[in-house]
Amino acid sequence: MIASVISAGFDVDKVREDFPVLKQRIHGKPLVYLDSAATAQKPLAVIDAIRKFYEVDCANIHRGVHELSQRSTAAYEETRTKAKRFLNARAKNEVIFVRGTTEGINLVASSWGRKNVREGDEIVISALEHHSNIVPWQLLCEEKGAKLRVIPMDDRGELLLEEYEKLLGPRTRMVAVGHISNALGTVNPVRQIVEMAHRAGALALIDGAQAAPHLKIDVQALDADFYAFSGHKVFGPTGIGILYGKARLLNAMPPYQGGGDMIKTVTFEKTVYADLPYKFEAGTPSIAGGIGLGAAFDYVTRIGLDKIAAYEHELLVYGTEALSRIPGLRLIGTAREKAAVLSFVIDGIHPHDIGTVLDRQGIAVRTGHHCAQPVMDRFGVPATTRASLAFYNTVAEIDALTAGLGKVKEIFS
Amino acid sequence: MNDDLYQDIIIDHSKRPRNCHAMADANRKAEGYNPLCGDELKLYVKIENDIVKDVSWVGSGCAISTASASLMTESLKGKSREEALKLLEKFHELLTTDTPVTQELGKLVVFCGVRDYPARVKCATLAWHTLKSALTNSGEPVVSTE
Repeated sequence: MIASVISAGFDVDKVREDFPVLKQRIHGKPLVYLDSAATAQKPLAVIDAIRKFYEVDCANIHRGVHELSQRSTAAYEETRTKAKRFLNARAKNEVIFVRGTTEGINLVASSWGRKNVREGDEIVISALEHHSNIVPWQLLCEEKGAKLRVIPMDDRGELLLEEYEKLLGPRTRMVAVGHISNALGTVNPVRQIVEMAHRAGALALIDGAQAAPHLKIDVQALDADFYAFSGHKVFGPTGIGILYGKARLLNAMPPYQGGGDMIKTVTFEKTVYADLPYKFEAGTPSIAGGIGLGAAFDYVTRIGLDKIAAYEHELLVYGTEALSRIPGLRLIGTAREKAAVLSFVIDGIHPHDIGTVLDRQGIAVRTGHHCAQPVMDRFGVPATTRASLAFYNTVAEIDALTAGLGKVKEIFS
Repeated sequence: MNDDLYQDIIIDHSKRPRNCHAMADANRKAEGYNPLCGDELKLYVKIENDIVKDVSWVGSGCAISTASASLMTESLKGKSREEALKLLEKFHELLTTDTPVTQELGKLVVFCGVRDYPARVKCATLAWHTLKSALTNSGEPVVSTE
């Protein structure tokens, strides 16, 4: 196992040096951070970029003519260029800065949805969605008298595409699906999902919150109409994220919020909106966040998403085997295409108790419904324990998790 | 961790919860729900002449919330409504403040470790919030610890 990890050309010890937070002890034990699907830790390069902005370049963007303002504007806008490359978008103006995935989806549901969805229309989501890709569409459907349809999944946590096909019809306006499930780790066949949506004359939005840190994304190859993800899950700061949209669609959409920076001219009679992408970027954004996100793109690109994906897959295989050997443990989510998420339940022991006992051993996992209550309902559990991995995790940390679960069983058996 | 939180009494009550059944002749009922972890419970109280004659519950949750419901029902029988609400106050103090632990809480002092786990306070208080709802409202409201 270890040999194969090394042969992947990936030096995890060296990578860990880049993450100051990982060097601490929690309750006297070395921190084992297995909650990257909630938020990823930040490399020094990101922390330094934010620090440099506040120490040296701090000014508002797109405004003053002074030196600092120009520096901060340039640094912020450079991230847009990097995001364009990261996603393989056609143009920079297809990259909209938002607070995160949630705001990106809300922007589309609110701006595109209000203009284009009518009574009796249908929005299709999947049974795997995070609440942030359910509730904005529910709000829209409620307002417009439209219907929300849900693609079901099987016991492995894979979407049933033949059922999806049946849901598509002349009233389908939008298909909004996660690229990777946060609760189960399922990698959805989004290219096919988008293609099927288009064939039915609908648009497709991909929630990429869990995919951006783990896979190479190519919005043109996917032919996604919208793609949203959060900076903080891709090793950048919180409070910043990206919404990609096809320029043609974005141009036809009304603004999401009104305010400064999103206008060309304002009089009390009439306001002319700015061109893309600024039309959707009212108010002073998270400038430091944007600059930090640029550093995160650089960092991830330098390591290489292909290498990251290969290494994480090794960890997933190792972790799946290790956890499967624990009596009474059931993995929830066993899709054939899976990201490095290990969601599980143990007979007779509540996830919150598991989480607390693991925490006392320095192991950070997420417990609860993972903002995906319909997924929990589907598997008949109120909650799971979730260990989610990133490229800075190690085989030794998975061993620590296994040992920690031994301790859990000792206390509650 | 042997332990400040999961003391033997808590483990015992979580595995063998007491008074864990529905009650046909209860005259007060309430439901509690913790949306964050999905814990839920139904509380049944029989009050006669302002005295808690009997109390029981059904529900599902973590070891802390299960043991808390179990120990709560044990400690309430024979208490007046006022005494029960006073106990609730003391219990809440035990979990959320640094006040010295007092003996009037009896066995309930085993929960004092919860102080050091702020994220778990709502687990330990779910049954008690539900009790408050049962004792202070005549309907069957669902309370939430969120």
